[in-house]
Amino acid sequence: MKNTINSPQLMSTRDAYGQVLVEIGKEQKNIVVLNADLSQSTRTSLFAETFPERFFNAGIAEQNMMGVAAGLATTGFIPVVSTLAIFAAGRAYDQVRNTIVHSGLNVKIVATHSGITMGKDGSSHQSIEDIALMRVIPDMTVIVPADALETKKALRATIEYKGPVYIRLGRPEIPVVTDEESPFVIGKADILRKGNDLSIIACGIMVFQALKAADVLVSQGIKARVINMHTIKPLDLEILFNAAKETGAILTAEDHSIIGGLGSAVLEALACKEPRPPVYRIGVRDVFGESGEPDDLIRKYGLSWKDIVKAAKEVLSLKEG
Amino acid sequence: MDMAKLIEFRVNLLKERSSLLKHSVELVRGLKEAAIAVGQEIVKMTSNANSGHLGGSLSCVDILVALYFHQLNHNPRNPSWPGRDRFVLSKGHAAPALYGTLALSGCFPREELKTFRDIDSRLQGHPDNKKTPGVEISTGSLGQGLAVAVGMALGFKLAGKNNQVYALVGDGELDEGEIWEAAMFASHHKIVNITVLVDRNHGQNDGRTEEVMSIEPLAAKWASFGWKVFEVDGHNIKNILNVLDRSMENRSKPTVIIAQTVKGKGISFVEGNDDYHAKPLPKELVAQAIAELGKR
Repeated sequence: MKNTINSPQLMSTRDAYGQVLVEIGKEQKNIVVLNADLSQSTRTSLFAETFPERFFNAGIAEQNMMGVAAGLATTGFIPVVSTLAIFAAGRAYDQVRNTIVHSGLNVKIVATHSGITMGKDGSSHQSIEDIALMRVIPDMTVIVPADALETKKALRATIEYKGPVYIRLGRPEIPVVTDEESPFVIGKADILRKGNDLSIIACGIMVFQALKAADVLVSQGIKARVINMHTIKPLDLEILFNAAKETGAILTAEDHSIIGGLGSAVLEALACKEPRPPVYRIGVRDVFGESGEPDDLIRKYGLSWKDIVKAAKEVLSLKEG
Repeated sequence: MDMAKLIEFRVNLLKERSSLLKHSVELVRGLKEAAIAVGQEIVKMTSNANSGHLGGSLSCVDILVALYFHQLNHNPRNPSWPGRDRFVLSKGHAAPALYGTLALSGCFPREELKTFRDIDSRLQGHPDNKKTPGVEISTGSLGQGLAVAVGMALGFKLAGKNNQVYALVGDGELDEGEIWEAAMFASHHKIVNITVLVDRNHGQNDGRTEEVMSIEPLAAKWASFGWKVFEVDGHNIKNILNVLDRSMENRSKPTVIIAQTVKGKGISFVEGNDDYHAKPLPKELVAQAIAELGKR
């Protein structure tokens, strides 16, 4: 795969998270970290080595971990809770919903290994529903950083923000597509490519695929606007409505089920907009995944830049028709 | 006792806390009167709302009163005072007992109890910390409060503070796995500033606990999870005060007090009657119930 993005740097979002967590831990003594027997996988082991007195292993007991985090938050600490996305949003859903968010507590849930691209562990560990589960909870904030750089900025913004937040990270190493300078504001999406023919709205690992697709489309005379919708909730309605008005066709892309995630959030927001642009959704098409290399899974489940290029042309034809 | 007298009683208790630690006859009598008043409020609240959990609220009144009118270091006039001890009602369906106790201890007006479960009320069907002064955490989905209490205790331990944490768990919710996850966590991480009280009323939604899901041998279970275990008659206020005192001595483990209680305590036709788990009394029985509670 030729990398047309002007950034050779590869890093996983979980690696970036592990590093910035230590940096923030040095600055703020009220940061405490909890993990459920996955400290290496979630990279919270770096924090554990640096600040053992502020790191707590809950064992393989995610429900209790969420409850303990809630209790810690009531005493003025800022708990950062990590496990795989499938367990954070699935296994402990009721604890997140009823104890943490219902009580309005300042708990930060940072979930790694999200999406089908978590890879070889297979569908039991591939969370393709977590955006949906988290964003339907009232008062919850849901963030899906596009790369390592954005992960670091997102975690800082999340710690600054007062209230519960779910951050969705991935396992594989991915290209850095954002830049050092642009600020990260929760709920404020970024336009990474200008264009008025259609808009590709992506989050997480799919931002890279969207940019690649946009480069290919440009060579074919189609100028796509690429929007990095890093916050799924609250959704940036201004940037979305402008994209609808100015480009007239929308394609969403996410490593998540096409039901309930970014694509659904976009459709919900556009439901009452007139004129309503055609919307295509790239994502896992309501099936369980399987074991495999992330790149192979991306290809097989229709999440590659090639799929985006193809869908872009289809949605464009609807616009023109 | 009317509201003003109760608040005065409460304030005097706070003032004379040290001198009353010996559990004078006067103290125990005062707490009994408060428990009667809270019990009567529970009957009225659930009857007004025509819903709510009567049996499991009445079973824990004596414990709540012992905590809020004596054991807890808190300030009803400033419920969010940072130096306060914390209480978590894990069995959130006993909200009427908590609301009655909070109101009578002065956290909010007793009048407000009439609004329980009404639209626009601060007194939700299950505790909501964002709405009700004095409620520390939202509960209701069973089995979740103990983990929160453990987290609170861990926070105070980390911060080097002396605040104590108390949690009341129902015996039915001991079916939930998260309770035992939290029990393991507390002993593993050597969290000793926590006292859990089990409202062992032997009933749950579908019937007797030992028929629905047996939890005995309960004391041995907690002990095997690394907790120090006490047992007490959960309706004998003097004994509750004594066991709370004894449980504070030489803390080296998290502590649990298994309080033997009776669902619907104080009302002859409700006691042990599983029909009143999640049901209020019919209107025509309210006066009799209040009269019977008054004779406790």
